Amino acid sequence: MRPITPFLWLLFSAGGTVAALLFPVHLFLTGLAFPLGWLEEPRYDALQGLLAHPVTRLYLFGLISLPLFHWAHRFRYTLYDGLQLKHLTELIAALCYGTALLGTAAAAYLLWSVP
Amino acid sequence: MSAGPDYTLYHPRWYRRRVSVWWWLQNRAYTGFVLRELTSVFVAFFALVSLWQVRALVQGPDAYAAFLARLGTPLFLVLHGVAFLFVLFHAVTWFNLAPKALVVRLRGKRVPDRVIVGTNYAAWLLLSAAVAVILLRG
Amino acid sequence: MPATVALSVTRYRPEQESEPTVQTYEVPFRKDWVVLDALNYVKDRLDGSLSYRWSCRMGVCGSCGMKVNGTPKLTCAAFLSDYLPGPVRVEPLDYFPIVRDLVVDLTDFMQKLAKVKPWIIREDEKPLAEGEYLQTPDQLDAYKQFSMCINCLLCYSACPIYGLEPTFVGPAAIALAQRYNMDSRDQGARERLEILSGKDGIWECTFVGECTKVCPKHVDPAGAIQQYKLSGAVHWVKSLLLPRGGR
Repeated sequence: MRPITPFLWLLFSAGGTVAALLFPVHLFLTGLAFPLGWLEEPRYDALQGLLAHPVTRLYLFGLISLPLFHWAHRFRYTLYDGLQLKHLTELIAALCYGTALLGTAAAAYLLWSVP
Repeated sequence: MSAGPDYTLYHPRWYRRRVSVWWWLQNRAYTGFVLRELTSVFVAFFALVSLWQVRALVQGPDAYAAFLARLGTPLFLVLHGVAFLFVLFHAVTWFNLAPKALVVRLRGKRVPDRVIVGTNYAAWLLLSAAVAVILLRG
Repeated sequence: MPATVALSVTRYRPEQESEPTVQTYEVPFRKDWVVLDALNYVKDRLDGSLSYRWSCRMGVCGSCGMKVNGTPKLTCAAFLSDYLPGPVRVEPLDYFPIVRDLVVDLTDFMQKLAKVKPWIIREDEKPLAEGEYLQTPDQLDAYKQFSMCINCLLCYSACPIYGLEPTFVGPAAIALAQRYNMDSRDQGARERLEILSGKDGIWECTFVGECTKVCPKHVDPAGAIQQYKLSGAVHWVKSLLLPRGGR
């Protein structure tokens, strides 16, 4: 198989773009505005209704999976360069992309195997 | 007359400086770079929170209520506060650097960087507004 | 305006010391002097043993690259007045072995430059009878910025990845590869991509961006590398979807 790095970089870029465009608003609402009562949070049945749409499921899958791969790629290089852990390069790569894959699998399972 | 690799490697009196493991503290630009890279940790954090949210949602109203309660605890509020700052830092640095990779040529002329950056910020605003409307209406 | 300014210069004489030291010289301050003028004053009047490279003294040869107060600069372009009240710290470029005083060995870069094939590669030579290659101003514009590189290596000295991973091809070499990739006369993009998409190539870069910041000719090597990554990734996708695909 030809080197996979270009593909990993594409995932990194896609994830970074998703995180940049969508995480600020989602994080602000879900992590701060709703718990602190600044804004009224959506009711459970409203969210359930949204989740029923396949588009929402696809959206959530992208929202979770792509940023995880963004983190995996970036964090791997940060450990390698920043902490100069060159001798552990295979282990780091496996842990990073492995975690991203696990998160992706979990998201896929929750969004499509559970009705 | 070309120097083979051995010539450089074994020259004993050239002084080779070691790069310290604290290289990234040596100047502001390097430190800013490492902080930018560390934003990815908070990106992963929120991705996992979102995964957790989906799981709670799927498990039922009680599980979801418990999830919401957890998000309201001081620990998570602080985590999210810090994460929000890092995610903002990620977004701003990402949009500002986008034109470096995305060179668009229209009719032979390169589209100016500020147009690419502006388009990114506009998309950010639009999408954030759309998400907010969807979540606040329900 | 002071009459003199202090210059703290790295000295390294392998025949008498095993580590670099610092020597300070008091040089006259002149409003129009650059650090190179100060170094030349030292060599002419104070200490003829000081070793350093310089040539054109006008920012086109790329010989006089050194670190001035920690930042890689061309000493012929660093005005003393910007560093008042001093002392002005002058050191050899980072990440290259020091040969003597302010002189570093550049062989590593020279080998890497040759590796990226910085010349027009043609699959089919155009016969002389067909005349010269014609290029529109827009075609020239596509690569002109990257052709401004004077090989001064300030970008290598600014790149922490090059410091941490000395086998990394480096900013200038990649920018120069792009200069030829983007040239409408060149047909060697695929060949260069083979070389640069492997280990130590473009994928080592994490877009720190310091190389572009220090470049005295505004080549923007960081931009060249990110564009190269995008084209490399697109090429990867294309080759996956069309295994026997066209060019």
